[in-house]
Amino acid sequence: MARWGMVIDLDKCTACQACVVACRQENNVPFAGEEQAAMGRAIFWMQLIPILEGEYPKLKARYLPRPCFHCDNPPCVRVCPVGATYKNPEGLVGQIYARCIGCRYCTAACPYTARYFNWRAPHWPAEAADKMNPDVYVRTKGVVEKCSFCVHRIRKAKEKARAENRQIRDGEVKPACAETCPSNAIFFGDLDDPRSLVSILARSRRAFRLEEHLGTEPKVIYLREGEWDERQV
Amino acid sequence: MKGRSDFTVDDEIAILSPVLRTGKGFYVATLLLLSIMGWAFFAWLNQITFGLGVTGMNRPVYWGIYITNFVFFVGISHAGTLISAILRVTGAEWRRPITRAAEAITVFALMVGPINVFFDLGRPDRVLNMFLNGRLQSPLIWDFVCIGTYLACSLTYLYLPLIPDIALLRDRSSKRGWLYRTLALGWTGSPGQKHRLERLISVMAIIIIPIAISVHTVVSWVFAMTVQPMWHSTIFGPYFVVGAIFSGIASLIIAMAVLRRVFHMERYLQPVHFNNLGLLLLTMSLLWFYFTFAEFLTTFYGAEPAHLEVFYSKLRGEFAPLFWTMFTCCFALPFGILVFKRTRTITGTVVASIFVNIGMWLERYTIVVPSLSRPRLPYPFGKYFPTWVELSITLGCFAALVFFYVVFSKLFPIISVWELKEGARAPGTGEKPAEEPAEPVYGIRVNRS
Repeated sequence: MARWGMVIDLDKCTACQACVVACRQENNVPFAGEEQAAMGRAIFWMQLIPILEGEYPKLKARYLPRPCFHCDNPPCVRVCPVGATYKNPEGLVGQIYARCIGCRYCTAACPYTARYFNWRAPHWPAEAADKMNPDVYVRTKGVVEKCSFCVHRIRKAKEKARAENRQIRDGEVKPACAETCPSNAIFFGDLDDPRSLVSILARSRRAFRLEEHLGTEPKVIYLREGEWDERQV
Repeated sequence: MKGRSDFTVDDEIAILSPVLRTGKGFYVATLLLLSIMGWAFFAWLNQITFGLGVTGMNRPVYWGIYITNFVFFVGISHAGTLISAILRVTGAEWRRPITRAAEAITVFALMVGPINVFFDLGRPDRVLNMFLNGRLQSPLIWDFVCIGTYLACSLTYLYLPLIPDIALLRDRSSKRGWLYRTLALGWTGSPGQKHRLERLISVMAIIIIPIAISVHTVVSWVFAMTVQPMWHSTIFGPYFVVGAIFSGIASLIIAMAVLRRVFHMERYLQPVHFNNLGLLLLTMSLLWFYFTFAEFLTTFYGAEPAHLEVFYSKLRGEFAPLFWTMFTCCFALPFGILVFKRTRTITGTVVASIFVNIGMWLERYTIVVPSLSRPRLPYPFGKYFPTWVELSITLGCFAALVFFYVVFSKLFPIISVWELKEGARAPGTGEKPAEEPAEPVYGIRVNRS
């Protein structure tokens, strides 16, 4: 059985936010509107977080695309009172929208603040409203949602592989963010398969995970930017 | 003050009179409270219609004053039962006139507190999922179980000592006959019945102490079980319990002062009660300071960046005004007032109690909100300010608590008649026998000057 994981190469990432847009389109993420977004009500299954280091004029800005980390030891799953969020056998942390009571304990417990709440009834501008992805549920007001690692795409790939009587090939499943990324910075695959690209990259010396000391065992692995100084040559 | 520890018919009439006679004040008060509750209901309808977006909550401040209220009211509920149970178990005779007033606070605070979690739900229509799909790993389920048990036990604990008084009302008045007849459960006051009742009460008094402690411990664990900065603390269980008893005693003092004034209970709720409760409040204030100090010093000394971020937001950041108000209200002011015998008067203790309750509400707020507003990852800091909907519902909760209390004191004597009688008959039971039986009135030592 696969253990799905993602590798994001920060050296390749240009912070163009194409992944953020593609994710919104793919997963029917509602639009909060300017006013609500300013209040902190916008939903981003994939979000770009800015990390500012140093002070002006020696300021360095880095960007980090942040999906849900699908932790192997997820703090959100532990605290959910009704089992609306769970970890499936393939390591995905799922959300059952129809069961969620909206207590927001998971959102408060997630150390990555990767979970989002529907503060109001979801809304799309007219241009987007008739272009919904039929593969993904639309959420109601009052429930929690988050990145699913495009579980519907995984399901589709599995069905296809089963019909063709074969295993899923490495790189066959691509979440919307990975598929869109113009610089090919996002990789997705089976971390348990030692020959898969993600598991090879995950063993890179550049690999790190966020807040590793919390023991959450995230399945999103970042590759640190390399350094380049002309005098080194 | 009568010299003998008699309990006369006059006393009985005095205590029962608020139940038997209804003045204009009652109608004015209930009408006022009901209209506040009505307004809160309107605010809640607004929230149901438009979703939790009408509150000030956002990402990352996912919890706001609903959760603050929840912790606060459940804290107040420790007034009662815990104090009256401890006083009963230790045989403190001066408890007799105040136990029921305390137990009633418990029951009503427990009705008002947990409903705030319901207000906080995004999908209140699915609240029954707690039964259908409840998962024991979740601290919210622990809350659910503990608070449920506590409510059931404290209702029983309020009701049991009420039975003889209900029977008294059944016999003395024709008003609400059906109610008192039903609730009196055929009480005749026979020695057998009395024996059984007293056994039951003393068993309940012992059972209820661990339950009460468990309740505020698991409430604190809702926070402490997460890994969030300044929530993830082993001290939270006892810290919350101490805070709960602290605000509980303060609420009891305020309630007693109001009852004393409104129902003219000066003869039963005496300065000595306020003095003794004031001393308890002083003790809790010191304990509260100790826990707060321990909590903040370890955070500061360990100096983990994520924790320090929250720490400084409280000590000198945007939460500093609330934090230092809290500190003044919870420690500096009550300590200053209660430590001197000269200011430990009725007025003094009431003033201290009001400060303590303001301070304890702020304490809950400065635990819930700052941790959430400083997430570990470098997001922009969270800003939170409650909206009119949240404030109205909060006001409604306070109104509801007072409303239940007013109605209760209208239906039942708020001072236990039979227990005062018992106390007068056998002064100092449980305590060492009084040397001068003439001294204690209703088991109270009175300074005669």
